[in-house]
Amino acid sequence: MFLNKRAPIRNLNAENTLFMRRALLAFIGVIVLVLVLFTNLFQIQINLYEDYQTRANGNRIKLIPVAPNRGLIYDRNGVLLAENKPVHSLELIPEQIKSLEQTLTTISSIIELSETEHSNFIKSAKSQRRFKSITLKNQLTPTEVAKISVNLHQLPGVSIDARLKRFYPYGPSLTHVLGYVARITKKEQATISANNEETVYAATRDIGKQGIEKYYQRLLHGSPGHQEVEVNNRGRIIRVLNYHPPTHGQDLYLNIDVKLQQRAFDMLEGRRGSVVAIDPNNGAVLALVTSPSYDPNLFVHGISSKAYKKLLSRDKPLINRATQGTYPPASTVKPLIALAALEENIISDRTYINDPGWFKLPNVNRKFRDHLKWGHGKVNVYKALEKSCNTYFYDVAYRLGIDKLSSYMTQFGFGEYTGIDIHEEKSAIMPSRGWKRARYNQPWYIGDTISLGIGQSYWTVTPLQLAKSTATLATNGKVFVPQLLGASQSEQGLIQIPANQASTINLKDDNNWNIIHKGMWNVTNKLGGTAYKVFGDAPYESAGKTGTAQVVGIAEDQKYDKDKIHERLRDNAIFVGYAPFENPEIAISVAIENAGHGGSSAAPIAREIFDIYLEHINTSLQPSLVKQQQLSGNPVL
Amino acid sequence: MMPSSSDQKGYARKASFWHRIHLDIPLLLGLLLLMCVSLVVIYSASGASIGLVKRQALHIVISLAVMFAVAQIPPDTIRRWALPLFTFGVAMLIATLLFGHVGKGAQRWIDFGFAKFQPSEAMKLILPIMIAHFITRHALPPQIKHVMLGFVIVLIPTLLIAKQPDLGTSILVASAGLFALFLAGMSWRIILSFAGAISAFIPILWYFLMRPYQRQRVLTFLDPESDPLGSGYHIIQSKIAIGSGGLTGKGWLNGTQSQLEFLPERHTDFIFSVFCEEFGLMGVVGLLCLYMFVIARGLIIATRAQDPFSRVLAGSITLTFFVYLFVNIGMVSGLLPVVGVPLPLISYGGTSMLTLMLGFGLLMSIHTHRRFNK
Repeated sequence: MFLNKRAPIRNLNAENTLFMRRALLAFIGVIVLVLVLFTNLFQIQINLYEDYQTRANGNRIKLIPVAPNRGLIYDRNGVLLAENKPVHSLELIPEQIKSLEQTLTTISSIIELSETEHSNFIKSAKSQRRFKSITLKNQLTPTEVAKISVNLHQLPGVSIDARLKRFYPYGPSLTHVLGYVARITKKEQATISANNEETVYAATRDIGKQGIEKYYQRLLHGSPGHQEVEVNNRGRIIRVLNYHPPTHGQDLYLNIDVKLQQRAFDMLEGRRGSVVAIDPNNGAVLALVTSPSYDPNLFVHGISSKAYKKLLSRDKPLINRATQGTYPPASTVKPLIALAALEENIISDRTYINDPGWFKLPNVNRKFRDHLKWGHGKVNVYKALEKSCNTYFYDVAYRLGIDKLSSYMTQFGFGEYTGIDIHEEKSAIMPSRGWKRARYNQPWYIGDTISLGIGQSYWTVTPLQLAKSTATLATNGKVFVPQLLGASQSEQGLIQIPANQASTINLKDDNNWNIIHKGMWNVTNKLGGTAYKVFGDAPYESAGKTGTAQVVGIAEDQKYDKDKIHERLRDNAIFVGYAPFENPEIAISVAIENAGHGGSSAAPIAREIFDIYLEHINTSLQPSLVKQQQLSGNPVL
Repeated sequence: MMPSSSDQKGYARKASFWHRIHLDIPLLLGLLLLMCVSLVVIYSASGASIGLVKRQALHIVISLAVMFAVAQIPPDTIRRWALPLFTFGVAMLIATLLFGHVGKGAQRWIDFGFAKFQPSEAMKLILPIMIAHFITRHALPPQIKHVMLGFVIVLIPTLLIAKQPDLGTSILVASAGLFALFLAGMSWRIILSFAGAISAFIPILWYFLMRPYQRQRVLTFLDPESDPLGSGYHIIQSKIAIGSGGLTGKGWLNGTQSQLEFLPERHTDFIFSVFCEEFGLMGVVGLLCLYMFVIARGLIIATRAQDPFSRVLAGSITLTFFVYLFVNIGMVSGLLPVVGVPLPLISYGGTSMLTLMLGFGLLMSIHTHRRFNK
């Protein structure tokens, strides 16, 4: 018998039975607990299978947005104005590189690496995941791309990445029309979030900042596609499961004629000014030029602060003078004031006044001077427009009164936004009693009205407003909203943008239009007209009005002498006009700062633009016939 | 060939070759199958890298050798070493607390310079040996005073390990000791009042003994979705892995949760989730059957043992093995809090494998040192 020495009396059989019972009990317990485990696993793997399957896929499948290509921009003749060009950058994936230091040395022996490029790379290499590619150098030149490419076989983990960047082939001449694209800022990101457009911009880096690029951002942008990829827990892409391509942005066709635009920009070179040309029959903007300008391509890649400082110069190249420059309209608004006076029966085409060289209010000593010291003598509306006689319009304005004058001019769009399809626009000022009370808290003085008659005093206009009002005049009262966009091309096809006629100005006597047209015809076609020297030999007939706006007030007994006055204080030269005289196809405003007389400085640019745009008339009309008409002096009304 | 079939015919037969070299073939086959599963799943869980598999194979070879060596020691010798082993073990635990190596906010190792020693692991075997020895010195069922003393013996190492703190190991050590007492036949009255005492102890444990990170684990366990990126991440990803495996699994090496590394601790504590994801519920059933076979064989060995000490020791080693299994599967499938218990014999790791195989060595020793001519 085997016995424990310390336990002399033991019932081993009973102990054995007890143990058997306990062991059996334990085994039953084990089975019960295993069943508990099994039930739980059954619940998870069978009953909740689909739920967990979905979550497993949610873990591993990620959607990576793919940015759409931005729509291209063309001019009215299909000339490319904004395109997407591949820009190459040098990318390194640290994970695939054995020795970063050695690779960097090899690369810098092939192409030039700056100190900042080197240190920026080291910095981001430390903070990013090792399998993500890091940019070492941006904007590689074609030579650099070639040099790296032939050496790629000995540079594992190094690659050249091509990304599309906006490029504006015409550079500064179209900057203020097209605007530009640049990196999305925090503020813009907030706007995107507020509009619930985060998914639309998920893969997009750049956004339109100004001009057409900003105004038509939505059309140009398109909608993103996406890649369905499998990722691991650190976000590394393991493989691509699916690809849904993006919808590219719409291509835009502008009403701009780049030939006109370029020529006008060249002619303004070295000067501060603007040229706006509009098709009066539909409001299409044919040219919208401002000078000086700047190269929009600088902003696409992020402008350096040094280059940006240069743009903050006194000449203000960042301002779109055509839509944001506000100038006194000077004599260019005389035809419209005459029209208002004719409508109000204050004058007729047979009304003559005597111009002694000055205008004086009854019982007031101050004289409002004409630009001819000795006066124009007997003047009717035709002569007043042809010679731009100030005295005549002092008198007309005085008799018209501020309220009627202001109301008529407002109908022609002064003091209001034109509604052109860019955001950079000013409304300028059409003064009225209410305006002066609100602005200066002063009553309106009659003297203020007199100055308005020659487009001075508080009255300011933008060159675009001038072109628009000239177009309205040219079409006998059709007011069109100026439009830069002519058509858009999407996958669905070409969509023409219809003309947007805002209103029509109806006159009591339609013949009043003809009186004004004739007066303006005189300016460019009649010997002695203020712009006759410029337009007299044109192969088509035109109409126009010059303007010479004072920048500083000249005391009544002082004579303006441009040579004695600082350049910045010299008169602004303005010209408005339209052509051909019958059935006008183009209306224009040219404004040049501190250039002196409108007839000699601004009108030649208008003439050049007319010539280019009306080239077809050059060939279809016989010059001899035109000359005959001019000599006869009888405009066809 | 199978010695087990010869066993059943009676004691009169001459011992087989396997018995003479002190191996139990059914148990060994079960263990070897589990080890094969281990290598297969570790290969997948480590992202098809052979390195970890090789090292685990080395762990397996060493553990088998140790098991074989231990199987040669007669149970009676082990019984005589019980008190010195226990004294040594407790001393080492105290030393660990004083000079131990700190890892993951807990002191678990003593660094001897050439090797790291984890006394708490050894205690998983020493404690049941000690209890079995202590309780079976007297007639069974044990008297109350012996059971009470037994509790004290269990409590000393358990508290020392819990203080490190290592909740998982202290649970395993305590259950090894308590199973010994249970199998020795302590009365139901004591068991019930003990259960009552434990329920009363829970608030004390919560407020005074648990470290904040342990409390956080419990809170996360109760509602893992409350902190999906923080401490709930493990358990959520584990359940996603298990659930998305479905009935048939995604196939070996095809588990997205494990291959794409969403699952944490893939080749150690959470290896069961990898298995579930790739082999599905059908694989799980097979694996559970294999484990049940090993446990059943262990209990059979216990019931066939000839002396009370061997019976109690074999039974408690087997049941502790089950506690490993239950706690690990329970924790990866969201039934139990995450306490850091590996899946026995399958999780990657040398220490736990060695301890477990030492235990199975004891089982084999007990089974093959029986005297047939009583």
